[in-house]
Amino acid sequence: MDADWSADLQAVALTLKLASVVTLLLLVLGTPLAWWLAHTRSRWKAPLSALVALPLVLPPTVLGFYLLMLMGPHGLVGQATQALGIGLLPFTFTGLAIASMLYSMPFVVQPIQTAFEAIGARPLEAAATLRAGPWERFAHVALPLARRGVLTAAVLGFAHTVGEFGVVLMIGGNIPGATRVISTQLYSHVEALEYPAAHRLAALLLAFSFAVLLWVYRLRPRGALLAAGTPTA
Amino acid sequence: MSFALSRSLVALWLAALAFSARADELQVAVAANFAPAAQKIAAQFEHDTGHVVKVSVGATGKFYAQIESGAPFDVLLAADQATPARLVGEGKALPATLHTYAVGKLVLWSADPALVDAKGEVLKSNQWKHLSVADAKLAPYGQAARETLAALKLTDAVQARVVTGENIAQTLQFAQTGNAELAFVALGQVQPPDGSRVPGSMWLVPDNFYAPIRQDAVVIAATKSPKAATEFVDYLASDKARAVIKAYGYSW
Repeated sequence: MDADWSADLQAVALTLKLASVVTLLLLVLGTPLAWWLAHTRSRWKAPLSALVALPLVLPPTVLGFYLLMLMGPHGLVGQATQALGIGLLPFTFTGLAIASMLYSMPFVVQPIQTAFEAIGARPLEAAATLRAGPWERFAHVALPLARRGVLTAAVLGFAHTVGEFGVVLMIGGNIPGATRVISTQLYSHVEALEYPAAHRLAALLLAFSFAVLLWVYRLRPRGALLAAGTPTA
Repeated sequence: MSFALSRSLVALWLAALAFSARADELQVAVAANFAPAAQKIAAQFEHDTGHVVKVSVGATGKFYAQIESGAPFDVLLAADQATPARLVGEGKALPATLHTYAVGKLVLWSADPALVDAKGEVLKSNQWKHLSVADAKLAPYGQAARETLAALKLTDAVQARVVTGENIAQTLQFAQTGNAELAFVALGQVQPPDGSRVPGSMWLVPDNFYAPIRQDAVVIAATKSPKAATEFVDYLASDKARAVIKAYGYSW
C-alpha cells in the first residue's frame, strides 16, 4: 500500500510538472499564433486553424500512433532528432511534453484568439494614433484586454494536459518519474483490479477537474464555457 | 408494393429466426497474445458447426473486470490460470468447462535481424537503449520476462532501460516500430504459422527460466448459449484446433 502510494505521488508530481511545462510553452508559442490567426487575411488561416483544432476531434490514439511512428527511428522526426544528437523522443519526458503540446494546443490557442478578436480594431487604432508601436500595442493594449482569455487558456491547457491519456499510453512506455502520469497510473490500478488505489487517484482527478471548471466559470460569469471562445469539445 | 415489401420482410425475418435456432452467436474474449490463433480457430469452428464467433481482443485483467460487471461474453480465453479460476470461484464461470488450452513460450525479439543472438547475450550488452516488457502485474508474459531477467541476474542492470507495454500486443508494437530495440513477447506473436522464416531476430527463452505460462479457457456462467459455448471450449482440444495452436508456437 505504501509503495503504491509513493508511486502514485510520483505520478502526481510528474503530471504537475508536465502540465506546467506544457502550459508555459503553449502560452509563449500559442499567443503569437493566436494573434496572427485573429488578424490575418491569409489564405493559410483556414488550413492552419483546422490543423490547430485537429486534436479536438481526433482520437488521442491516432495522434499517439502517428507520433510513435514519426518519432521512431524510421520516422522523419526520429531521424531528424537522431541527426541532431538528441536521440529518440518516445519514452522520454521531452517527447511526452511535445506530444502534449500538440494535444492541448487548441485549448490554449482558441480562447486567446477569441479574446483578441473580441477586442476589435478600435483600441489598437487609438493606441496607434498615440504613437504606440506594434509591440507596445500588443503588450500594453491587446494583452491586458485579452487577459481573461489568456487565463482561461492557461487553466484549460493545464487541466487538459493533466487529463491526457491516450497519447501518453501510446508513446510513454510507463516509466516511473519520466512518463508515468496520473492517468496511466490510474489505468494500471484499474487493470490490476486494485480498485481502492484506483478510487483514490480517480477521486483526486475528479475533484481537481471540477475545481478547475468551477474557477473558469467564475472567471466568465456570463455565457457558457463552450460558447465563449473556448474549444467546442 | 408496400404489402409485397412487408411480406418479403416477414419471410426474411422467419428465415433469420429459423437459422438462428440452429446457429448461436458466441462472444469470445481472447487474451492479446492468442488473438491471431484464436481468429483462425474461430473461423474453422464456424465452418464446422455453423455457429458464429465474435472475437474480442484485450488484456485478461480488463476482461475480468468487464465480466464482473456483466459484459456479455460467452467464453474467456485467458492468458493465465488465475483469472479463470477466480471467475469459477465466484460462480461467474462454469467449473466443468475449465481447462488449459495452450502453454505459451517467451521469446526475446528484435526487428533488427542481426541484434538478438541464439543465447540472449545481447541483454548484457550496450547495443540497445530500450527493452520493451509487458506490465508484470497485468500480463503473464510480463511476469515471465521478469522471472527470466531475475534468473539471468540482470534485473537491476537493465531496469533503467525497461519500457512497459500495457499488454503484450503493445509490448511488441514498441519493438516493431523500432522505438525499443528489444522486447519480451510471446512466440505466437512473432512466429508466422506457415513456417516461413521469422522476420527480425529472436532468442527462445529456455523453459527453466520462467514458470510455465498456462492459459486457461472457461465458459462464462451468464452465457445464453451454454451448449455452443461448451462446444467451442471443447473444440480447442480438437486435433484441428491443436494444429493451429502448435503452428503459432504454443503447446498444451
